[in-house]
Amino acid sequence: MSFSTRLHSNAIGWLLPALIIAGWEIASRAGVMPANVLPAPSAVAEAFWRLTLSGELIRNIGVSTARALAGFAIGGSIGFALGLANGLSTLSRGLTDTTLQMIRNIPHLALIPLVILWFGIDEEAKLFLVALGVFFPIYVNTLLGIQSVDPQLVEMGRVYGMDRRALFFRVILPGALPAIFVGLRYALGIMWLTLIVAETISASSGLGYMAMQAREFLLIDVVVLSILIYALLGKLADSLARLLERLSLGWHPAFQNG
Amino acid sequence: MTAASLTAARSFVATPVRPIGSVEGQRAFAFRHAGKRFGDKTVLDGIDLDVPAGQFLAVIGKSGCGKSTLLRLLAGLDRPTSGSLSFGVEEEGHSRTRFMFQEPRLLPWASVVENVEVGLTGIATGSEARHRALDILGEVGLADRADEWPSVLSGGQKQRVALARALVGHPQILALDEPLGALDALTRIEMQQLLERIWIAQKFTAVLVTHDVAEAVALADRVVVISEGRIALDLDVPVERPRRRGSVELARLEGKILDRLFG
Ligand SMILES: Nc1ncnc2c1ncn2[C@@H]1O[C@H](COP(=O)(O)OP(=O)(O)OP(=O)(O)O)[C@@H](O)[C@H]1O
Ligand SMILES: [Mg+2]
Repeated sequence: MSFSTRLHSNAIGWLLPALIIAGWEIASRAGVMPANVLPAPSAVAEAFWRLTLSGELIRNIGVSTARALAGFAIGGSIGFALGLANGLSTLSRGLTDTTLQMIRNIPHLALIPLVILWFGIDEEAKLFLVALGVFFPIYVNTLLGIQSVDPQLVEMGRVYGMDRRALFFRVILPGALPAIFVGLRYALGIMWLTLIVAETISASSGLGYMAMQAREFLLIDVVVLSILIYALLGKLADSLARLLERLSLGWHPAFQNG
Repeated sequence: MTAASLTAARSFVATPVRPIGSVEGQRAFAFRHAGKRFGDKTVLDGIDLDVPAGQFLAVIGKSGCGKSTLLRLLAGLDRPTSGSLSFGVEEEGHSRTRFMFQEPRLLPWASVVENVEVGLTGIATGSEARHRALDILGEVGLADRADEWPSVLSGGQKQRVALARALVGHPQILALDEPLGALDALTRIEMQQLLERIWIAQKFTAVLVTHDVAEAVALADRVVVISEGRIALDLDVPVERPRRRGSVELARLEGKILDRLFG
């Protein structure tokens, strides 16, 4: 696909949201959509401008993003490390996999009451929930990726004299990478979801807190703005992951036309 | 003369050992009463096989007779459960044994030339490795595809990359496990000629496992037939190169082998 056609298909993706926003604005102005149900896009844009000028918006986005990334870094790196360990060592897998699979069946958001008891509404509570939510998709897909590496290629590497290190970096890790990326993108979705819930329930800063405050003062435009910003941040994270994927999986037939 | 010395004499006369650098007239490897069991299933049972350096040996046998097992022993992927396997002197700057699989087994995430460089693991790195890899790619006729991904190559081209990877380290012994089995008839003949040309130029010892009797007699100095875990036939192919496919001489040898296989 050439650059211009790619631009084209990207533009097509934005057509529908633009139409929806236009229809929404028209419906609000015509009075079909009462402002106390859903404010007009222009009102949301105003709220955006107001909060940007006051610095409130940037600060809350910053707080939420920092939480999201910190939780992701903690949960993701533990998940990745355990996925690698259990993919490479049968001893490690035998020791931990059953336990992990059992914990995996507990929805991590079900732990919120317990987490509030443990950490109150401090930062640790949010970090813990995000890390836990991110851990499993990364762990499961890393393990799956390593287990699905073609054993014939591993044997080839051995025959050609690769040591363990070379075998890992040149055969096993690249072979597991497509699955790891699936886990990464899934984890990014869970990361935002968890953070929204956690911030809505217990926080004193961040986007979720901003939305809850606005609800108390019936600032419905701010509530809608928060929701839209969550959507944009989620989309941004996914786009970054896709870009990374495209850059590192250039060899994969699925990416050779992209 | 005893039978054993006869065999030795015959193989010496019929396959004049070609000059192989410093290992002239030497033995490449020898199996002595070598056997291989998996559990209580005996796959190989008392293999005696003495192969002089530089010989082109073809191994034929019905499916499941243990040909791949024999090659895996030779490549050190497995150990014999009885008997022994010994090698001739290891030469400086050569990898001892290289293995070419039935499938190309190229790394999809490495370019063609990087895949060839895998064959230099522990032998050369950096620009020297790149240089040698490009040279051998030229020899298999793929110099212009060096920077492409393997997934865009045809089956025959992939197998040529695999051949380049096997040869780039200048192995003393090249073990080939039906490397041409999956190719169409025309590509197959092309690959056979390429293999023969490179073998003549590089003077390694070749051990080719094949199902194709015509391929065996066209390429090899010597053909062994394995049956029930033993060497059932050990036949020299004293035909001048370049050989003409379908010649009466080759057809006669082919018939002899087929008789032994199905007689
Ligand atoms: N790792 C193993 N464990 C148990 N049995 C094995 C193993 N490897 C090979 N065998 C058995 O050894 C026998 C010979 O196998 P081998 O792969 O050497 O046959 P082959 O002559 O190469 O056959 P083909 O021509 O079909 O490739 C088969 O019966 C196979 O089932
Ligand atoms: Mg086989």
